[in-house]
Amino acid sequence: MADGAEPDTAAPDTAAQSSGTDVVLSLRSIAKTYLAGDVEVAALRDVDVEVSRGEYVSILGPSGSGKSTLLNVLGLLDRPTAGSYVFEGMEVTDLDEQERTAVRGRRIGFVFQAFHLLSHRTVEDNVALSMLYTGVGTAERLRRAKQALESVGLAHRSSFLPTQLSGGERQRVAIARAIVTDPAVLLADEPTGNLDSVTSESILALFDDLRRRGLTIVMITHDAHVAARADRAVHIRDGRLTELPPAAIAAPARASARGQR
Amino acid sequence: MKGTTLSWRDLVSEAVSGLASRPTRTLLTVAGTVLGIAALVATLGLAQTASNRIVGTFSELEATSVVVTNEGGNGGAGDTRAAFPEDHEDRLSRLNGVNAVGALGEINIEGATVSTVALDDPAGQDAHHLSVIAASPGLLAAVQGTMGAGRWFDAGHETRADNVVVLGPGAANRLGVFRVDQQPVVFIGKAPFVVIGVLDDVARQASMLDAVIMPEGTARRSFDYTSADTVQIDVLVGAGELIAEQAPISLNPNAPETFSSRTAPSPESMRNRVQSDTNALFLVLGAVSLVVGTIGIANVTLVSVLERVGEIGLRRAVGARPRHVATQFLLESTTMGLAGGVIGATIGILIVVGVSAFQQWTPVLSPLIPVGAPLLGVVTGLVAGVYPALRAASLEPVDALRAGT
Ligand SMILES: Nc1ncnc2c1ncn2[C@@H]1O[C@H](COP(=O)(O)OP(=O)(O)OP(=O)(O)O)[C@@H](O)[C@H]1O
Ligand SMILES: [Mg+2]
Repeated sequence: MADGAEPDTAAPDTAAQSSGTDVVLSLRSIAKTYLAGDVEVAALRDVDVEVSRGEYVSILGPSGSGKSTLLNVLGLLDRPTAGSYVFEGMEVTDLDEQERTAVRGRRIGFVFQAFHLLSHRTVEDNVALSMLYTGVGTAERLRRAKQALESVGLAHRSSFLPTQLSGGERQRVAIARAIVTDPAVLLADEPTGNLDSVTSESILALFDDLRRRGLTIVMITHDAHVAARADRAVHIRDGRLTELPPAAIAAPARASARGQR
Repeated sequence: MKGTTLSWRDLVSEAVSGLASRPTRTLLTVAGTVLGIAALVATLGLAQTASNRIVGTFSELEATSVVVTNEGGNGGAGDTRAAFPEDHEDRLSRLNGVNAVGALGEINIEGATVSTVALDDPAGQDAHHLSVIAASPGLLAAVQGTMGAGRWFDAGHETRADNVVVLGPGAANRLGVFRVDQQPVVFIGKAPFVVIGVLDDVARQASMLDAVIMPEGTARRSFDYTSADTVQIDVLVGAGELIAEQAPISLNPNAPETFSSRTAPSPESMRNRVQSDTNALFLVLGAVSLVVGTIGIANVTLVSVLERVGEIGLRRAVGARPRHVATQFLLESTTMGLAGGVIGATIGILIVVGVSAFQQWTPVLSPLIPVGAPLLGVVTGLVAGVYPALRAASLEPVDALRAGT
């Protein structure tokens, strides 16, 4: 994996850091190959992407194109087969599992399509959970969880169980859980995939709001309307990226997304 | 970057929340260990209580028994045995600490049978080969015997050499004699004897239970009987050894070695023997139930790991290291083990106390049990949790997040 990184690709990164450009994450020639039996599946091929601080980037692609694989690599949940990944100025491809876990827990927030809430724990506990392993005291955890819930408009649901909430409310809880640690980047994998269009819109509005407050967001979607909400959309197909100018993400999609409001 | 951590307090609270969120399952899981430990504690406790009781009865009985025989120590004398002096009962009764003295001896009836009908046919159905022994009036008290019917003979029967007998319960059964109010008669050979009593039980000299017993005077007159071969003495607790020493001297001051006497075996050695016999069985029973309990916890913890794959993935995503995940599941199973141990020990002790109260025994419980049982529960839970915890820790975050919702 990291061993495969050519020295000449590492050079621009260091240059970027030293020049002070505020790049949160940067992938260079990233490849991910799965071995399904004897068959090699190239889920990511020669991927280069860079996300600056405060940017809201969407990754758009059809099913099976490698979106989740890319997000898992970005979230340090999975290791690339080759290439270099610099996260907040640090090469992370050759970190050991313990170090990767620390970066993941402290600097990255996740939002999943299926919410991934603990159904037997209260909303508040679910949000506080993401600070459990980072050494924050119990009282401070609860205080911050309340704050995060307030910022997603769910302060009044603190002591509810996830099963007592609507889908949109559940995803808001998951978002509160992701932002409560004040991460460098929020990674969202199809955050509106399980929601109807009205509820999706409210979640996207919340993302807009977070973006305005300076949060860096990478969102995966197969829906062009959703992708158009970002500052920048990256297209992925068969594991390859093509950067699209915002205007090119189908202007009508953007217009119709507005029309839904 | 600073690594991720998990304080013990948070770990415990996570484990308890994990268990509390599935209360029914937790209770059912713990039930297995509860049963195992309760069985173990109850069996151990009852074994201790029972053996203490057995030994208690044994040792009291044995400690108050001295048996004198005329199998003297001067070997080479062949079968010439010294006779007990006629006044042996008086002589021994004078010793300090003696409660009762009684003599008994086997009577040689030369193959005669015992029957309730005066028949000449020794092969007949009603003729029984029973042992016939002679006894002194004091013997009933000396063996702590009780009468089932009628009475024991007294000095009058003895001196008059009346043709009376008392039957041991075994002999009475074979002869079919159950009541004595009609003055039933038994024949030894052709000689008739009136049955004046039937024994119920004796605490010593169990050979009396299957025998036909008659006064020594009667035996001397009707049979070739010279002297008792055994004298049973019932003594006060603690007097056994001293009286065992004095009895031969008082019977024959000039040649005490013609008599030998013995008293109880040490109660301690008996207690140990009885206890180890009973405990071995009960320990096996308890261990088996505990193994079953362990498998129960292991099984449920494993199911719980498989069910919570998504939760494990999420925890890994928010910074849990594999060992944080492992310790959480290990702690969940250990907590269940501890709960099972505490509840099981409580139930077990209640069973011991309850059974003892019902049987009017004194409950005896080693102090190790209330401490050891919960500890054993902890070990059970710990052992049961190892494999599921390792399984949980070895899950890759990506796979866990994909598999679970
Ligand atoms: N663990 C794996 N083993 C083998 N192949 C895999 C594995 N995970 C993903 N793949 C393959 O890699 C490719 C990309 O998968 P990925 O899950 O990233 O797609 P996706 O864009 O997220 O699709 P979707 O929109 O359906 O979620 C697919 O062809 C998939 O079959
Ligand atoms: Mg996907």
